[in-house]
Amino acid sequence: MIDVVVQGVLLGGYYAILAAGLAFLYSVMGLFNLAHGSFAVLAAYFVVMLCDALGLDPFLAIALVVLALGVIGVVVERLVFEPSTRGGPLLSVLATFGLSVVLDNAMFQVFGANTRSLAPYIGDLSWASWELGDLYVGKLAVITLVAAVAVLGGLHLFLTHTGLGRAIRATAQDADTAGLVGIDPRRARTIAAAIAFMTIGLAGAALGMRATFTPYSGTPQLLFAFQAAVIGGSNSIWGTLIGGIVLGLSQTIGAEISTQGFFIAGNLVFFAVLFARLYGGSLRLPALILKRKV
Amino acid sequence: MSQLVVENLTARHGLLTAVKDVSLRLDKGEILAIVGANGAGKSTLLRAIAGSHGAYDGHVMLNGAPLDHLKSHQRVRAGLALVPEGRRLFATMSVQENLALGAQVGRAGAWTPARVFEVFDNLVKRRHSRALNLSGGEQQATAIGRALVTNPDVILLDEVSLGLSPAVVDRVYSIMPALRETHTSVVIVEQDLGRAMAVADRVICMLEGRIVLEGRSADLTREDIIGAYFGLSGQQAQKEPVG
Repeated sequence: MIDVVVQGVLLGGYYAILAAGLAFLYSVMGLFNLAHGSFAVLAAYFVVMLCDALGLDPFLAIALVVLALGVIGVVVERLVFEPSTRGGPLLSVLATFGLSVVLDNAMFQVFGANTRSLAPYIGDLSWASWELGDLYVGKLAVITLVAAVAVLGGLHLFLTHTGLGRAIRATAQDADTAGLVGIDPRRARTIAAAIAFMTIGLAGAALGMRATFTPYSGTPQLLFAFQAAVIGGSNSIWGTLIGGIVLGLSQTIGAEISTQGFFIAGNLVFFAVLFARLYGGSLRLPALILKRKV
Repeated sequence: MSQLVVENLTARHGLLTAVKDVSLRLDKGEILAIVGANGAGKSTLLRAIAGSHGAYDGHVMLNGAPLDHLKSHQRVRAGLALVPEGRRLFATMSVQENLALGAQVGRAGAWTPARVFEVFDNLVKRRHSRALNLSGGEQQATAIGRALVTNPDVILLDEVSLGLSPAVVDRVYSIMPALRETHTSVVIVEQDLGRAMAVADRVICMLEGRIVLEGRSADLTREDIIGAYFGLSGQQAQKEPVG
């Protein structure tokens, strides 16, 4: 059982890093980016390209791709997010859905249907583990969890302890009033988009190192990110980590119970939290259960 | 030279023209009160001047420089700050964080968060409280402080006494001597005629989007203003031409 819990928590680290950009964009811009998973896959392809074509060290390639995703975030914000959010939330959902379709098919056109992975470029890291008594802990999974905590912790510190972070939070709460205290809301949104896309770059690298991917792998990644963000509360940085871990734990425990239990358990927990939110307006599941008992 | 000049400003809410061809001037260190019934266009006028109303016709100049092409955040950097109606604080941020946002503008001047805490000493114990947990008076003091720490040349105060008890309003208005001391020019939109006349050097009365009365507080009687307020003394407008 300890092994199941440990593996679940470690899997949660991946989901947390995957959901970080999605939750961050939603909390700052009120925008649900349906192309989130596709951009993660694109980032993974970029890393493969850099390693393949230029023979770069994979971790240097990941750093470059993270920066490149930041630039892509700026472009997408100015060309897609900004114009579409002016037309209301539905238009931005449709616009990002269209973007994901274009991206998926463009990647299929360019990279073909073959499955790819970053595992061949990172030596034994994709399968090596530390042995702790009877327990085997995957090195990559631990690194991913540590990276998730570092990214989320860094985001938290940035948002709460820097002027730019405060400006982004102010813009998220009320862009019009932010302008009245001298903040340029457009600049704040652009920087937020760049940060969100940089975390997508990291998520794509994590995806490529821990699994195989194809041009159409974005949709399941989007669903996992969405579930982790909803479970954790999309307005909370640390909630994303908790959401990722809860999702990872439920999937791992579900897989122990039955072969199909991996997805079923994750979906059940997701729907349970969603219903709790619908009834309570926030995460009040424990309160709801206690109320029913009384 | 006037510090703030508004010329022939017309602003709309969709098909409704809320402000019609309004012109006014404000000298350095002057306090101007704008009074008028609900829907007279006072708040829309302030929002247009501050650049948060969107497009308008006419011109706004600060210290001789045109502001028409500037967005609201650029106008703050130019020296114009608005305390909006309803305070509109960043609810989940603390008092200190709200003030820090204003201070980030980086304009030199006498106003710092520390100075705001000196003037509104009731905020000192609440500096780490989230804005949503503050009383109405504390919220208004924070909103005014947040605008002041941008060190504006002109501050626009929109209905700062709305929903507050008289004692709390007194506390909010205790900021006026400090504003005079720093030669900050002030435009106040105020429903309380007595208070407007007491603090302002000049009073403007608006009716249905137009200025119908303008004069020095000392020269106007309460009856003059009430007459203009209800559209009963249009001839006053001719007696006191704008500008």
